[in-house]
Amino acid sequence: MSGIEVKNISVVYGEGTPFEKKALDNVNINFGSDRVVGIIGHTGSGKSTLAMLLNGLNKPTEGQIFLDGADIWEKPKEINKVRFRVGLVFQYPEYQLFEDTVYKDIAFGPKNMGMEGEELDRAVRQAARFCGIEDEQLKKSPFELSGGQRRRVAIAGVAAMTPEVLVLDEPAAGLDPAGREEIIGGLLELRKSQKSTMIIISHSMEDIAKYSDYIVVLDKGRVHMQGTPAEIFRDAEKLFEASLDLPQVTKLFVELTKRSLAENTEVYTVEAGVKRITELLKNKTDSGDTDA
Amino acid sequence: MLKDITLGQFFPGNSLLHKTDARFKILILLALIIGIIAADSSFSFLLMGVVTVTLVLVSKIPIKIILKNLRMLLFIFIFTAVLNVFFYEGETLLWHRSFIEIYKEGLIYALFMILRLACLVCSSFVVLTYTTSPLDMTDAIERLLSPLKKIKVPVHEFAMMMTIALRFIPTLIEETDKIMSAQKARGADMESGGLIKRAKALIPILIPLFVSSFRRADELAEAMECRCYRGGEGRTKMKQIKSCFRDYAFLTVTVGICVAVFFINRYGVRV
Repeated sequence: MSGIEVKNISVVYGEGTPFEKKALDNVNINFGSDRVVGIIGHTGSGKSTLAMLLNGLNKPTEGQIFLDGADIWEKPKEINKVRFRVGLVFQYPEYQLFEDTVYKDIAFGPKNMGMEGEELDRAVRQAARFCGIEDEQLKKSPFELSGGQRRRVAIAGVAAMTPEVLVLDEPAAGLDPAGREEIIGGLLELRKSQKSTMIIISHSMEDIAKYSDYIVVLDKGRVHMQGTPAEIFRDAEKLFEASLDLPQVTKLFVELTKRSLAENTEVYTVEAGVKRITELLKNKTDSGDTDA
Repeated sequence: MLKDITLGQFFPGNSLLHKTDARFKILILLALIIGIIAADSSFSFLLMGVVTVTLVLVSKIPIKIILKNLRMLLFIFIFTAVLNVFFYEGETLLWHRSFIEIYKEGLIYALFMILRLACLVCSSFVVLTYTTSPLDMTDAIERLLSPLKKIKVPVHEFAMMMTIALRFIPTLIEETDKIMSAQKARGADMESGGLIKRAKALIPILIPLFVSSFRRADELAEAMECRCYRGGEGRTKMKQIKSCFRDYAFLTVTVGICVAVFFINRYGVRV
């Protein structure tokens, strides 16, 4: 069995103090392999806590995490090996840069893994290319770059470790739409070329709907829903319970269907929406022609 | 890991000690410290012990947490005890081998010292650190030291610096935690290797931490200037600290106990 899976996970912070908080409560998710999984939930729903569990930065209070069928905490001394296989990019990763050149910073992770020489150089350059970092930027200091560029460097630093599972916590937060598209687009291509699994955590329904093959909805530390985008967005009522919403384009089609201008609501991305509307318009003009 | 640091952390609550005016609490603690240090007969010491235990109970701070913090000071306790046991010269010799001599009085004195330290630590925990929010504390210090303004000591500026420093401790801890996790996720190894390797492993944490601290300081200064902050001159407080009868009564009782200790020391029965 391949891929990453969590079973009966619970996490309690600050046990026994007045600040005690249950961040995750009996969570079961099979992330599978070679696909993009989107995790969505409101603030405080446990998304980031879950991310830190997946590569062994936090230990669950209860439950187990399986990577290719093996419990990652079976040998606590070798947890670093798990961290090389499951890459985690934190929220606002641009603040973790420290080396004097971009190249060295991207090479930090792969070097820790023991990569050297040609292999290291190849990994760094490949990750940089997919993250949209130009060659001449590699020699610059990361502190000379803009916030968005620094974020790319930080993401490239994790991608260069060629992890089997790449977890991204809000990779696009605070970026302009073009920057979003470029960063996530590049990572998706990288994922395809490596056949790895990518887990994107976000609270933007649009992003999640656009990129994911499988969606997990978290609410108050529990799995509220999980399934393919079609399964999730079919049940809009249940999404509302977790104070979430449908993607805007899906909402448009819900309204259009109500007014019998469209037949179904299974449209989750803007591209699909544009295509559907053009089709509908074309059909309409066609039928209009026959009427006349 | 860093979250375990609870030494001197404010513990929100609603007990009598939480409600007492912070200025008075500082004075009360001073009186208590004098009392505990001065107590040198068993009766006066017993009195201070009872006072400390009462304060702990009144503060409603879980005993478990106080014990946990006392455990952190265990080394100091043991160190004091050992020094006293071996170097105190009394009358009744209990055990000796070559130059090491242990006296009965030494043992008793060591026990005394440990209890005294425990009382000091416990009472300062429950009177000040655990029951006073850092903001109240700096406010109170500013007010208590305000007479020094007359001789041109920038009391307000010091208090503001202290407030900011205290305010940013949790933020910095959180930030350190985050950066450490991020570097660990990139395979940084911080738990093994020799001294030099470990010191080197700190670089990926310290540099981002410094960079973000400077950025934060810059932003804070700008934000304060935007709100027209220009020092203590003519500045009023949003939360006026008000003392009530209870605070005066509390202080009087503590000072009374402190005086009583001196009195018992002088005229009380010595053991």
